[in-house]
Amino acid sequence: MNLDLRLPIGLMFSIFGVMLLGYGLLSDASIYARSLGINVNLWWGLVLLAFGLVMLGFALRARGARGP
Amino acid sequence: MCCTVPHINLGSVDYAILGVYFAFVLGIGWIVRRYVKGSEDFFLAGRSIPAWICGLAFLSANLGAQEVIGMAASGAKYGMMTSHFYWLGAIPAMVFVGIFMMPFYYGSRARSVPEYLKLRFDEKTRGFNAITFAGMTVLSSGISMYALAKLLELVLGWNFHMSVVLSAVIVLAYIFLGGLTSAIYNEVLQFFLIVLGFLPLVLLGLKDVGGWDGLVAKLGIVATNAGYPDGAWSNSWRHLDSAASNPMGVEWFGLAMGLGFVLSFGYWCTDFLVVQRAMAAESMTAARRTPLLAAIPKMLFPALVILPGMIAIALHTTTPGGLLPAGPDGTPNYNLAVPVMLAHYLPSGLLGLGLTALMASFMSGMAGNVTAFNTVWTYDIYQSYLRPGQSDRHYLRMGHAATVFGILLSVVAAYAATRFNNIMDMLQLIFAFVNAPLFATFLLGMFWRRATGHGAFFGLLIGTGAAAVHHGLVLSQGAPPGLKGGFLGTVLHTYPSEMAQNFWTAIIAWTSCFVATILISLLTPKNKSDDDLRGLVYSLTPRQQDGGMPWYKRPATLGAVVLGLTAVLNIIFW
Repeated sequence: MNLDLRLPIGLMFSIFGVMLLGYGLLSDASIYARSLGINVNLWWGLVLLAFGLVMLGFALRARGARGP
Repeated sequence: MCCTVPHINLGSVDYAILGVYFAFVLGIGWIVRRYVKGSEDFFLAGRSIPAWICGLAFLSANLGAQEVIGMAASGAKYGMMTSHFYWLGAIPAMVFVGIFMMPFYYGSRARSVPEYLKLRFDEKTRGFNAITFAGMTVLSSGISMYALAKLLELVLGWNFHMSVVLSAVIVLAYIFLGGLTSAIYNEVLQFFLIVLGFLPLVLLGLKDVGGWDGLVAKLGIVATNAGYPDGAWSNSWRHLDSAASNPMGVEWFGLAMGLGFVLSFGYWCTDFLVVQRAMAAESMTAARRTPLLAAIPKMLFPALVILPGMIAIALHTTTPGGLLPAGPDGTPNYNLAVPVMLAHYLPSGLLGLGLTALMASFMSGMAGNVTAFNTVWTYDIYQSYLRPGQSDRHYLRMGHAATVFGILLSVVAAYAATRFNNIMDMLQLIFAFVNAPLFATFLLGMFWRRATGHGAFFGLLIGTGAAAVHHGLVLSQGAPPGLKGGFLGTVLHTYPSEMAQNFWTAIIAWTSCFVATILISLLTPKNKSDDDLRGLVYSLTPRQQDGGMPWYKRPATLGAVVLGLTAVLNIIFW
């Protein structure tokens, strides 16, 4: 198999991370009343972005090791 | 289900997240399609997938929407005892299939579970298994499709038919393009999405109820209100001495034998839906490690799927006015635990992620059913009985066609399941009739070389018949005679709960099949020589040599570690 699965997983979660992070920064604080006052979009966006980037990092390193 | 739930309004960010997910799922199918050259690529992913990917797919294929919704419902209805479906009803069987059974499944080069039965026993045993299995997969995928569409209609106000068509078309597209490889790759993606999509819900819920200790205190109120001992919702084993002292209405023997042995081993060790993921592995050791690697996240899943239900019932009982809407019979509608919790805690943004996770779980379960169905249909029914001896290209085309009509049949089945309040109970019932005796057949087939084809076939029939007869003569407390039992006119015994009734149906089916297979085998001549059985039966197969591997890669060591950790979890939450 030539498709490194970490690539699409990393990409998808990085995109989700950026989307949630951006929405968390822009959205009105009042919507976080239900999530116990925590800006969960911001924090979980960061978690997803970190997870996505780690996956992408592994995938790109493996690709680099194999050569172009 | 009633209609007292206020609709959740999704924002554009929520739809955007769902859209990105759909794009990735279809994109993976599109990229993988070029690997599909022959039928083995389509049905078995060319036997080339690494163990960790197979392991996560193994788990994900089982983690359908009915599991996520049903387990949370059980968490609310029965509390911590639901963890038995994992720590007792899954992990030991997963270890067993990896260490002891995979050498025969993978080593025999059988392309499906029914095909193994043909190699080991005979044509009729295979035929019986193939046809019942094909029916069962279509039914399961129909049930989960129905559940999902009903749920989306209820909480989002989406059109029922649109949900059915949309989800069916996407699953159809990616399996049609890339076959099992596409299904497996997407299952891994879905696995991460399910975990990362539901985790914030669990964390927020736990924080809200004051952590585990706070939850236990609130569940104490739930239990005493219902007339059970204080810890009935927060202990897994402590209240199993009699059926009357726990909400599940089972005692330890029925639970351990019925769920822990018969149903669990019957599912994890013989169900092609999961076994197929391991058969796609790149090597024998990878195949054996597949269920073992899957067992590690599996043992933590109660926190992800049962805990939301437990939190929901705790909040429901302790907040004035309640949280869960009432079902048609007046009790809380447990099946709504997950969507209600999603709406309760998650703001726009994370809400979209949570719903996408729910959608992902639905798709992984449905794809699991569809890939298992198209393989069994093409190899075990079409190639065996309808059109043998055609070219590989012909069967590949049939696989594509089977994917289409498998999904069409699921859609038909989606309109058939409404009678049970708890979807898991209904699935248990189906498995009890068809799957419960099956494990006796495999156990004897793999470990007793004297077992014959006639013994296996008639043993299976007797086991399935015994299940139906038992179910027809007993009833659970308060249930009307009919689909729920007692349909043979007289009711000989009344069980305290539907769950107990199902466990005992399974125990009786398994025992009848086991005894009947042995007796009939001894009375009939062997139909396979020892030479034929090499690689199919334990005593005639060379042992796996795992000496050259590091300890953490050896199936036996890995299995022991997994069992040890599971025992610790059982003790912590005793």
